Amino acid sequence: MDFINKNLPYLLAGISVGGQYALIAIGYTMVYGILRLINFAHGDIFMVAALVLVYASASFPLYVSIPLTIVATVILGFAVERVAYKPLRNAPRMSVMISAIGVSYLLQNLALYITGGLAQVVPSIPVISDTIKIGSATTKVVTVVTPILTIVLVIVLMQLINHTKIGMAMRAVSDDFETSRLMGIKINSVISTTFMIGSFLAAVGALLYFTNYPSVVPTSGAMPGLKAFVAAVFGGIGSIPGAVIGAFIIGICENIIKGLGWTTFSDAFTFALLIIVLLVKPTGLFGEKATDKV
Amino acid sequence: MSKKTNTIISAVLLVALCGFVVILEQILPSTHIALTVLKKSCIYALVAVSMNLLNGFTGLFSLGQAGFMLIGAYTYGVLTIPVAERASVYQYYDGGLIQFAVPVFVGLIAAGAVAALFAWLIGLPVLRLKSDYLAIATLGFAEIIRAIFQWDKLGVITNGSNLLRKFPTFNSTLFPLIVCGICIAVIVLVINSSYGRAFRAIRDDEIAAEAMGINLAKHKRMSFCISSFFAGVGGGLLAMYQTSIQASTFKSAMTYEILLIVVIGGLGSVTGSCLASFLYIACSEWWLRFLDTETYIGSFKVPLLRSGFRKVVFAVIVMVVVLFYRKGIMGDKEFSPARVYDWWQKKKAKKNAGKEAAQ
Repeated sequence: MDFINKNLPYLLAGISVGGQYALIAIGYTMVYGILRLINFAHGDIFMVAALVLVYASASFPLYVSIPLTIVATVILGFAVERVAYKPLRNAPRMSVMISAIGVSYLLQNLALYITGGLAQVVPSIPVISDTIKIGSATTKVVTVVTPILTIVLVIVLMQLINHTKIGMAMRAVSDDFETSRLMGIKINSVISTTFMIGSFLAAVGALLYFTNYPSVVPTSGAMPGLKAFVAAVFGGIGSIPGAVIGAFIIGICENIIKGLGWTTFSDAFTFALLIIVLLVKPTGLFGEKATDKV
Repeated sequence: MSKKTNTIISAVLLVALCGFVVILEQILPSTHIALTVLKKSCIYALVAVSMNLLNGFTGLFSLGQAGFMLIGAYTYGVLTIPVAERASVYQYYDGGLIQFAVPVFVGLIAAGAVAALFAWLIGLPVLRLKSDYLAIATLGFAEIIRAIFQWDKLGVITNGSNLLRKFPTFNSTLFPLIVCGICIAVIVLVINSSYGRAFRAIRDDEIAAEAMGINLAKHKRMSFCISSFFAGVGGGLLAMYQTSIQASTFKSAMTYEILLIVVIGGLGSVTGSCLASFLYIACSEWWLRFLDTETYIGSFKVPLLRSGFRKVVFAVIVMVVVLFYRKGIMGDKEFSPARVYDWWQKKKAKKNAGKEAAQ
């Protein structure tokens, strides 16, 4: 009990950041499920969402700028796919991954150019940035809102994937790219939809994440992006519930490690976990077993 | 053109390059940007070629290069700081644990050896993974290594998150040019050996290579260790160039930078990597600098030009190369006098044929 009391602030922070990682991780896992591509630019899309909010809120009130941010991020995700990944549909996987790294480099440099290299402060969103007291710990409302919102969004998404036509198409494409194309599924529109959903969730994640860490620099998307990817691998790439559970575990572990005074290793822990998972159970917690055909 | 003439002309060209650098050093002030670019691009060429050995020739998509450079840089720094200076460098750690210093060349070789040792250890588990999983695992290892080197419990050796400095450095541009030249020559020898052919066989088709009797695990590990050895040496040289070492500079962004150089030069081309690293460094440090300064033509202010624009332009160029010139500058071919000669002959023959047709 004493351990919990002492670590309650870290535990809460962990749950909150875990939810935010989960929202990013879904984007990774869905894209990987369909294109077998690690979308290295996803973390930067997350960062761009925060920057858009910074600039939009400078000229519009928040109730306009928040939807604007989400729409802009979705358009960005769509555009990135169309410009950088679609022309390489038949190229080797390595080329697409290099293209993703190139997009990430471009987005970061563009952000550096626009911000002039100064850290931008994300405006605090009312209600979710108020402080509340849970047990012995003081925290922001966003800590409570994040896991709830994450779970609600995941349930909606699962319904979408399991019970709608586009969801069925997504499942088919991720099962077998070529065959689904032969069955008359417009794979380009399915892939675009996937990227748009991923970017939408990344934008929501950014709104929540930067309430806790309000300063945004061009590289602030890189680390959360990588961690979310690890979460997706941990949960079994291609599986949405897996990604969410993986993200919560990583968020909580990371913050408890910080609480124990090992802050230097909080990032290293995530990658150590990744390597262990890849070696022991490469398909992750809920992943399907892939067999190589010769 | 015979093979012998080709070798002779290549050697003459290389000697001429060295001579040109010597002359440049004589006529230009030692702080001139051209010399800085040359120094840095030599080092990047070495690291890019070492990454190309792994990514382009063996087909192992690894993103751990910055981690191995970091190991090399630290090994070099820790071993070569003069004993008299240790007290001031390790001021928070009572002068550090190591109380001896080795000569520069021993330090550089040790840098490579320690990086290769780490690569061997990391390779044991990681090289079993395939394509993008391998990439993300090596990227993860680079991050773990960075965290370990910043750990203050190891501060007696690594100086924690403080700078390592006051180790011997170089002034002459010839030093990195020759050291990197020798290293790249060794890599080329490896590529042209029977091991190199095995690497390429693995890249082209793992299953077929295995069926032909190539020991996959052994050759992958060998390629990984050799590549890391030279990345380590490159890290040591980069430390000499920068005159100080800090773990936080060896981020994954550095690996991406090197990967982009390799891609621009062409996966599977050593000369392409060398050329691309020179172009990359020259553009980012020198030729595109004007994009970063606000410029007026008369009273008209040129739009968009301000700090950071260079990098945006650069990133766009990189994207264009990746999307439209997927093979990079050289593809998987090598630059050689024989190839230029052949190309010239062919062009001449075509021209003659055109003339005859016209008559």
